[in-house]
Amino acid sequence: MQCPTQAYADVLVATAAGRIDFAGAQVLEGALAPALVPDGPVRGIVIDLAGVDYISSVGLRVLMVAAKAMRARKAAIAVTSLQPVVAEIFEISRFHHVVDVRGSVREAIAAVSPDALAAYDRKDRR
Amino acid sequence: MKRVRFWGTRGSIPVALTAEGVRRKLVAALRGASGRTFATDEEAGAYVDSLPFADRATFGGHSPCVEIETGGPDFVICDLGSGVRPFGQEALARDGGGPRTYHVFLSHVHWDHIMGLPFFTPAYIPGNRVVIYGGHAHLEAALRRQQEQPSFPVDFSTFRADISFVRLEPGIVHEIAGMRVKLKLQRHAGDSYGFRFESGGKAVVYSTDSEHDLGNRRETDGFVEFFRGADVVIFDAMYSLADAISVKADWGHSSNIAGVELCHAAGVKHLCMFHHEPAFDDASIARVLADTRRYEEICRTGAPMTVTAAYDGMEIEL
Repeated sequence: MQCPTQAYADVLVATAAGRIDFAGAQVLEGALAPALVPDGPVRGIVIDLAGVDYISSVGLRVLMVAAKAMRARKAAIAVTSLQPVVAEIFEISRFHHVVDVRGSVREAIAAVSPDALAAYDRKDRR
Repeated sequence: MKRVRFWGTRGSIPVALTAEGVRRKLVAALRGASGRTFATDEEAGAYVDSLPFADRATFGGHSPCVEIETGGPDFVICDLGSGVRPFGQEALARDGGGPRTYHVFLSHVHWDHIMGLPFFTPAYIPGNRVVIYGGHAHLEAALRRQQEQPSFPVDFSTFRADISFVRLEPGIVHEIAGMRVKLKLQRHAGDSYGFRFESGGKAVVYSTDSEHDLGNRRETDGFVEFFRGADVVIFDAMYSLADAISVKADWGHSSNIAGVELCHAAGVKHLCMFHHEPAFDDASIARVLADTRRYEEICRTGAPMTVTAAYDGMEIEL
């Protein structure tokens, strides 16, 4: 599992690829950790799951921890571009009530921060 | 071991099917039968049997009590929830009500797991023997206390059966009623214990009121080992995963997702969801069951695992 990150203004976008099982969950946790520091500048986390074909309960737990941390400072967290099977797992586990589920990274960023959206669109044009 | 029989499957508090609940089932059945006629009871029965479980039946509402039929002369049950009352009646009727030994394995002494004892008729009959096993030091004190005034009018001392208590050590194999029995400490307020029963090449695990942190590798490995290769695991699947690790974290219960993952890792043949949420109606439990079967299919890497939701009266042949 790989999970590179990219900052757009005050939003962190993490792009996960592979299976988020026990080992994958640790990679995801490590990728999100810098954005979760108390009083940090990040106002939103967007996790692109387009390349993820499975997420286990341990991976979902990482999302729960991140969601709680972001909610505590009135920040946002969203997942995007879920493959059909991963979307099913979110519904079965009821995690679609825990994090915002969006169709695309751009849509998720737009819901959180105009500055981040502008930064994302600028990068897209390049 | 021959079979597992469920007498109480609901968690926390008994519930009853309401008049409105029965009405909804009748409406669904009548609409499904539109235009059909049934000449005999058998034809009508066959039609009823073809309906979805939630439309033709109910998961039931007794709190936990599970019988393990060993094939031997003694009775074996797990927990003394309200389901032990109908079990007691059936046990007396089964072969004339002669003196028998009842082996009772108590997961813990929270009220929903002991509330049936005052209504367990065999305990009032001289000649019967009731042996109550568990990992806690306070089993007897807790059972006596629930029948003290002013909570209940019939004191524990009224029982005429020979009632004894045996504290079991976890991690050791105990030979009881022709079975090998192991206990495992579980995460629950005041602790609970799971039991693994083995005999005749069969293994049944009763693991209820147990919260799992699947992020804790050591703890998870311990449960995988405890469940290893079991024919049936009776598993506390009270909440959704989202609830179990958020608003209901530390409430001492688990989820269907955790059940599938642990049982898959352990090579279990049959996951039986248990300790149903009392707020759930039959349709809700049926939906959770369908979801869980789908999740089992999604994560399956080997042979399919049977997934069921226990209901009062259900039997699993071993």
